[in-house]
Amino acid sequence: MIQMNNVVKKYPNGVVAANGITVQIKKGEFVYVVGPSGAGKSTFIKLMYREEKPTSGDVVINGINLRTLKNNRVPHLRRQLGVVFQDFKLLPRLTVYENVAFAMEVIEEQPKVIRKRVMEVLELVGLKHKVRMLPNELSGGEQQRVAIARSIVNRPKVMIADEPTGNLDPETSWEIMNIFEEINRQGTTIVMATHNREIVNTVRRRVIAIEGGMIVRDEYGGDYGYEN
Amino acid sequence: MMSTEVITAMKTRTIARHFRESLKSLGRNSWMTIASISAVTVTLLLVGVFATIMMNLNKVASDLENDVEIRVLIEIIPDEAEAKLAEDQLVDEIHNLPDVEEVTYSSKEEELSKLIKDFGDELSLFEQNNPLYNVLYVKAVDPLKTAEVAKKIESFESTYEVKYGEGKVEKLFNFLEIARNVGLVLILGLLFTAMFLISNTIRITITARRDEIEIMKLVGATNSFVRIPFVLEGMWLGIIGSIIPITAVTIAYYNIYELLAPRLKGELFQLLEVAPLMLQVNGLILFIGMFIGIWGSFMSVRKFLKV
Repeated sequence: MIQMNNVVKKYPNGVVAANGITVQIKKGEFVYVVGPSGAGKSTFIKLMYREEKPTSGDVVINGINLRTLKNNRVPHLRRQLGVVFQDFKLLPRLTVYENVAFAMEVIEEQPKVIRKRVMEVLELVGLKHKVRMLPNELSGGEQQRVAIARSIVNRPKVMIADEPTGNLDPETSWEIMNIFEEINRQGTTIVMATHNREIVNTVRRRVIAIEGGMIVRDEYGGDYGYEN
Repeated sequence: MMSTEVITAMKTRTIARHFRESLKSLGRNSWMTIASISAVTVTLLLVGVFATIMMNLNKVASDLENDVEIRVLIEIIPDEAEAKLAEDQLVDEIHNLPDVEEVTYSSKEEELSKLIKDFGDELSLFEQNNPLYNVLYVKAVDPLKTAEVAKKIESFESTYEVKYGEGKVEKLFNFLEIARNVGLVLILGLLFTAMFLISNTIRITITARRDEIEIMKLVGATNSFVRIPFVLEGMWLGIIGSIIPITAVTIAYYNIYELLAPRLKGELFQLLEVAPLMLQVNGLILFIGMFIGIWGSFMSVRKFLKV
């Protein structure tokens, strides 16, 4: 499903954020990516949705090689992925409904299909009754749930999350985590970069630890392994 | 067959969506919308006023140019038959000159009745003893060649005097030439300023929304899907911005024309008529407005698409 072979990412300013990463993530897996700040977690995530191009080595997602992927095909890659961010990245002027529907308009889905599916995912994340609100009228946890709804609305096979609970309080974080687990139960592969020690240590899954742009630990059912 | 239909339907739907979005966006960014439209309005107003003035100046210039003719007074010859022969010969000679477009003969009786018509019946006293000359009116193919032609005619035997407003005509042509060039430079300068101003305003609008563009790209929107609503928005800005200039210029010119046209009746030059001129000027304003709006958005959004 996700495969990286000896991936190196060197930024123009000289920083080497990925220094020979080789990893394989199978369909349906739930993977935490942990490590200190600035260790290369975000770059690892960004390489998967082609926000960054590898300097050398191959990143292959769903059989698509991202190093040779042409710029004009990138949108089609992203439609197969669901991406969730720490800062939610909702469109501030659109309502909850419109934000989620946007991801389906982009793929030119039929209006009838859009309405049905958007309401379906909003029900899944528990926001069906707030469809007309704007993002700034919602709490952080609710905004993140909208973002998750948007990321799954097109039924992606892979979900990528970059510190999705980073801006949320512990209780809300657990609510978000429950949604991720539910999505994973339905067969979606999830890769989640996180600093949340409690979650990693409680819901035991595969843990990939990155330091200095290299994978220093890759362990099924591992713990967080760092002091917060 | 089926699939083609489906694809076409989708595209139409998406285009409709882009139009909807572009209109919604105007309302959502009302402050920037007003700023952009104001910039478009001011510049297009100036462009419209200058274009109107320039086109009229051009008209006046060509009217005056066309009106420049040479008056050749024919020498009086006592013997009537001889005189007739000399006149015919002169007409032939002038006709054979290069650059001569037309030669019109006017006898001294005709000349006098023209004077009487212009200045009144008192002059009819002269009918008994007409002091005027028979005249040839000569027009050069190119008005600018008038002086040259006049000089040649002067050298012919049977001419008494050749008049064409020497000096004055040349000064007029010089003035018109300069006026035209200055006007052209002004218009071009204005257009350039307008483009710069508008594309800059749109760039600010778009910069304020770069996050939106980034998010759109992240959920898998293609470049054109992101760009088209912005470009349409630019087009609306141009169209809305040209409403006031079009109205103002048309009303102003209509009134000026109504005021001046009667007074210019019978003069050497006329103003351009309202209907065709305003159609042209308004078309120009609308075209420029739309062009800068579209071009400005297109260029500005391009920068932010590389996510």
